[in-house]
Amino acid sequence: MSGAAISEKQKQDYAKIVKQFKPAQRIWRNIFWAFIVGGFICLIGQFFINIFLSQGLSTKEANSAASSTLIFIAALLTGLGVYDEISRFGGAGGIVPITGFANSMVAPAMEYRAEGLIFGVGAKLFTIAGPVLVWGIFTAWAAAILYYFFK
Amino acid sequence: MDYLLAFVVGGSICMIGQLLIDLTSYKFTSAHVLVTFVTAGAVISALGFYQPLVDLAGAGATVPLSGFGHLLAQGAINGATQKGIMGAFTGGVTAAAAGITAAVVFGYFAALIFKPRG
Repeated sequence: MSGAAISEKQKQDYAKIVKQFKPAQRIWRNIFWAFIVGGFICLIGQFFINIFLSQGLSTKEANSAASSTLIFIAALLTGLGVYDEISRFGGAGGIVPITGFANSMVAPAMEYRAEGLIFGVGAKLFTIAGPVLVWGIFTAWAAAILYYFFK
Repeated sequence: MDYLLAFVVGGSICMIGQLLIDLTSYKFTSAHVLVTFVTAGAVISALGFYQPLVDLAGAGATVPLSGFGHLLAQGAINGATQKGIMGAFTGGVTAAAAGITAAVVFGYFAALIFKPRG
């Protein structure tokens, strides 16, 4: 009987210790995989940039072409349900690259397809891309205006 | 060498995103991550610190969404320097046009062709 009581206390102590250490471990694991997955996506991007450069494109054109290629691949993988696995595995490593931006457009658009081509696909493509474009375009515009007046 | 730099720098930028998700107490969603990166990229680019990173790491700096912010900011700033106020309005989106159009076109097709699972 007292043995059972001790094991109950041990269980509680153990749970306390687990609680203390588990979040920290998870953070380190998340960071590690974000680095690996994100780095790998950028490596693939570099591979495409080098290919397009060797085809005679300028640096700017090669960057744009490589980004577009990555977006195409990400849209395809999202459609096939593969990108969700990459994001679950890599966390921010799957979100931060431009492939994550493409994924954030396709995933809700697919989900709400039943609501039609205008309010379903058309609107939901911009659920996350909308805020991203608003903030990106506004910040860039504001920076340019500041440059114009104060440079 | 360019592959190693792209991997390490790109991976490190994604690590910052993971820290934002894991270390903020409230719900920091992927939308927050993407908006933060595009905005931070545009600001850092306007201050002149992003181009050196692109020169160093190539895709490691251009593939993360901060690179998209850099593209928008440099386009708008170059537009403003060359064409004045109107350039500030046209330059950003012009520079990022390929990425935006690719995302809309491929995204639209993917959403039409594929059905969600689960």
